[in-house]
Amino acid sequence: MKVGLFIPCFMNELYPNSSMATLKLLKKFNMDVEYPMDQTCCGQPMANSGCSKDMKTLALRFVEIFKKYDYIVAPTGSCVTMVKDHYEAFFDEDDKDYNKVKTSIYEVCEFLHDIIKVEKIDSYFPHKVGVHNSCHGHRGLKLGSASELNIPKNNKLKNLLNLVEGIEIVELNREDECCGFGGTFAITEEDISVAMGKDRIKDHIDSNVEIMTGADMSCLMHMQGLINRENKPLKVMHITEILAGKVQL
Amino acid sequence: MSILHNHPAKAKEFVANDERMHWHDQALWFVREKRDRISKTIPEWETLRKYADQIKSHTMANLDKYLLEFEKNANAKGIKVHFAKDAQEHNEIVHRILSENNVKKVVKSKSMLTEECHLNPYLESKGMEVVDTDLGERIVQLRNEPPSHIVLPAIHLKKQDVSDTFHKEMGTEKGNYDPTYLTRAAREDLRQKFLDADAGITGVNFAIANTGGVVVCTNEGNADMGASLPKLHIACMGIEKVIPRLQDLSVFTRLLARSATGQAITSYTSHFHGPVEGGQMHIVIVDNKRTPFLQSESYKKALNCIRCGACMNTCPIYRRSGGHSYDYVIPGPIGSTLGTFRDPKKHKTLSFACTLCGSCTNVCPVKIDLDSQLYTHRQDLREMNIISNQKRLSMQFASWLMSKPALFDFAGKIARKVVPNLPKFMIYNRFNVWGKQRDLPDMPKKSFKELYKEEFGNDK
Repeated sequence: MKVGLFIPCFMNELYPNSSMATLKLLKKFNMDVEYPMDQTCCGQPMANSGCSKDMKTLALRFVEIFKKYDYIVAPTGSCVTMVKDHYEAFFDEDDKDYNKVKTSIYEVCEFLHDIIKVEKIDSYFPHKVGVHNSCHGHRGLKLGSASELNIPKNNKLKNLLNLVEGIEIVELNREDECCGFGGTFAITEEDISVAMGKDRIKDHIDSNVEIMTGADMSCLMHMQGLINRENKPLKVMHITEILAGKVQL
Repeated sequence: MSILHNHPAKAKEFVANDERMHWHDQALWFVREKRDRISKTIPEWETLRKYADQIKSHTMANLDKYLLEFEKNANAKGIKVHFAKDAQEHNEIVHRILSENNVKKVVKSKSMLTEECHLNPYLESKGMEVVDTDLGERIVQLRNEPPSHIVLPAIHLKKQDVSDTFHKEMGTEKGNYDPTYLTRAAREDLRQKFLDADAGITGVNFAIANTGGVVVCTNEGNADMGASLPKLHIACMGIEKVIPRLQDLSVFTRLLARSATGQAITSYTSHFHGPVEGGQMHIVIVDNKRTPFLQSESYKKALNCIRCGACMNTCPIYRRSGGHSYDYVIPGPIGSTLGTFRDPKKHKTLSFACTLCGSCTNVCPVKIDLDSQLYTHRQDLREMNIISNQKRLSMQFASWLMSKPALFDFAGKIARKVVPNLPKFMIYNRFNVWGKQRDLPDMPKKSFKELYKEEFGNDK
């Protein structure tokens, strides 16, 4: 089983450790992982700004680069949603390559949970952890049941974290409230974006969380920026860093 | 020339008052939680939403047929049905009916349609007195403000604001903030207005094609008073309010109040199936730019909206920016899509006043794909050349750069070297919007790609 690792552009540049944790995590489960060197950006920032037509080349590149893998795995729900939901406009309905990419791309937790079906994770993390359910992964990829829906409760991130020894997952007051990142929203609607982020941080602090985690580094980056600016007593970690534990390659 | 509306600027004003913003957010979150709780007491909730979606979509696809059926059955019940192509015609028809009956004073029950058509100022310019009788609506009317929410029109106001307004307009005690006192005062004032009125205007929640009657849902019973005390009742509705059969109504009444306020049902779900004895009943059915929705593949489902306001209550942006920041008759996610479709230039910021979190789509009782409509609007605005040149060019540049991996790697490398050594003022200044209230991430020494190469070589 050949896995193509897709690391979002900003994670490659700014979060090499979380990216490396993703790779380690997949290797921990004996995956044959490869990171294609030519990858860049899935085009989400452009598309969410209304410029999806301008990023058609990126969609075509993405499919070209990743079509040869059995699975494509990425440590980010929103970029995966982009490929799954918004690339359709650039391909014929029966385009074999795109359809393959669309059905074989997974967010890393989703992949571990649904494809590998992990039942044991050799990891120790004795901390109080709050899970920030990033919207695109949470509602788009259904990594967890949204609080608005009347469906059985489930959360793939929490299911995985529960396999980690010593961890305490803390319930938040607002289970799946948006943090206000939203890509260029963070810039064009700065005031609301900041207000939303602060509220999300406050919910974690009020609930005595030590570490906020999630499956989308972009939301965490936004909140880390707010936490650092105001020296709040809260740390932020990508979920793969917790799940990977202290595994050496 | 249309005035451009600017959500970020208005939102900034609302957020600036941190205490009020959080109070507003909490008040609406309270309603959203009530809605969550009550919706989960109905095991078949998600199935009901599916039915509602199917009934509405079916009706919209056969709207001509159902409207004619409704008209025929309403006529048979002694109700006069009028069709209006736009807001102007709607107002003229209402005015004509009123003046033919020598009406001077009108009581009106909350109707977003008459708000959309600006009926009040029209009738007032013709010398009539129009009194909104829904308490929230009455408060904003006295303040000369538009409603900020479609179900909770005065949710942006605190009891102190209401007290000040009532003191000024109705002479209540200054500084008496007691809600019971204020409600009683409004009730007394309104009771006289009902008694004095020559005609009552109401909105319509549902028009039933196979019975020819309309249903109005309120919690205060004001629509019933307005439609029963005076001899003349005019009900105003958009073409989209029709549903095929009486039994379809049950699907919607189960969903509407639960979605709107977390109540099992509205206090009054009143059926109007004919004029009061010796009186007249008229129904004005308005198009006012609704038919283009029916023809639009991307946006037609927006017309299925039953105006419960659930999308507003759940929207994290609405909760923190208030309804007036939208500058459109209907605020929140549904307002953003309706407004942008009707006048993209004027409302070009609305589809961007959204993080695409998708919560609105999940709460919508008729399953309108709100977040994907807002995404599509953004693409359409770009196609119509309505987004800023700066945004378009920077996105084109980003796409170009991202298609050149070597160049992108190089740019990243330079940034990681240069940025950590820059003096603070070069990083945090007015050109860096991100950095105004947020720190930038620390720049790592190496990118993931560089680490990967070191560890595994260039073996792709």
